[in-house]
Amino acid sequence: MMDSDVFVQSLQDLGVNFFTGVPDSILGGIIAELMNRRLYTPAVREDEAVGMAAGAYMAGKMPAVLMQNSGLGTSLNTLISLNVIYRQPCILIVSWRGQGGKDAPEHLVMGEVMPQFLDTMKIPHRTLTEKTAAEDFRWVADTFKKQQIPVALFITKGVVKGLHP
Amino acid sequence: MTMRPEQGTLISRAQAMAALLELLTDQPVVVCNGFPSREAQKIADRPTHFYMIGSMGNAPAIALGVALAKPNKQVVTFDGDGNVLMGMGTLATVGALKPKNFIHVVFDNEVYGTTGNQPTISNVVPLEKVAKAAGYVNTVRVLDRDDLVYEFQDLLKKDGPSMLLIKVNEFQEEAERILLDPPDLTKRFMNAIKG
Ligand SMILES: Cc1ncc(C[n+]2csc(CCOP(=O)(O)OP(=O)(O)O)c2C)c(N)n1
Ligand SMILES: [Mg+2]
Repeated sequence: MMDSDVFVQSLQDLGVNFFTGVPDSILGGIIAELMNRRLYTPAVREDEAVGMAAGAYMAGKMPAVLMQNSGLGTSLNTLISLNVIYRQPCILIVSWRGQGGKDAPEHLVMGEVMPQFLDTMKIPHRTLTEKTAAEDFRWVADTFKKQQIPVALFITKGVVKGLHP
Repeated sequence: MTMRPEQGTLISRAQAMAALLELLTDQPVVVCNGFPSREAQKIADRPTHFYMIGSMGNAPAIALGVALAKPNKQVVTFDGDGNVLMGMGTLATVGALKPKNFIHVVFDNEVYGTTGNQPTISNVVPLEKVAKAAGYVNTVRVLDRDDLVYEFQDLLKKDGPSMLLIKVNEFQEEAERILLDPPDLTKRFMNAIKG
């Protein structure tokens, strides 16, 4: 299991310097670490977070948005009618609720279709593992810079230390 | 055009926008989707303007991102009543974060003008009061051109976040679609607000 401070430091090392989002329990440790470092601007909806990140990007920042995968549904229109068509990249740190069908009922549909859902929107994605982390982070930064659209990094339960390990 | 009671003497959104744009120079302006962007492009197309063609409701969120990243630049957003209602949560985010350099202008025609004047509910929901309750520092509602110029000049001198809500009539300029491709709008805006 990766420590939250290692995760946050890895993103900072890539140059990420604007963090916003809406919490999920899987992301609790990461958000706590971001708050400790006074790097986190809380949003009230995921589409708002994506909009803020786009503004920050245009003002010279490298932004990341943290969200539960349900938030991909909430922010879909912003992701495609702002980020994709205007070529405004951001890093989506998405917790994968409902993975493998083992979660509360509200997570099961999105948990199952999420990768295809992003494929359909042509948003590149990858799932973080502790073993491949260095490569995963490099891929995220490269994709951000080359494609100039949102890029998603999925965080499954237990890969990054949460608030209650 | 059906007149609503308050509306007899109101100016149009384009007239209000022209008056505001005369008072602005190189401030970043994020304009919501629909006719507000098209009219802004027609009245005074500046590289510091970011015209939205989609993501309805997100104009203040985008402007907030700019304002937080550039705390020394005054950032303006031109918004519509339907847009504000759709992204109303952002009033709370702005009110809580209190960026001093944030000015939110709302052209309130009480309709979704761009899609054919379907009524919104801003005739019964005073959006500047919602903003005030959410924590905006200055909120003003104006009904005519003189007040609009006076109040906007005043807000430009004050620490925000501020909301200027302008009651406008339903008149819509003939204004063409946004001319630049979206990626070019992004690049132009980024270059214009550098530094
Ligand atoms: C998510 C979404 N829903 C609906 C629309 C269609 N639409 C485009 S502009 C608009 C009206 C915007 O109303 P308002 O903000 O009051 O601006 P006005 O046109 O009155 O100036 C609507 C409903 C859209 N673009 N996106
Ligand atoms: Mg309207």
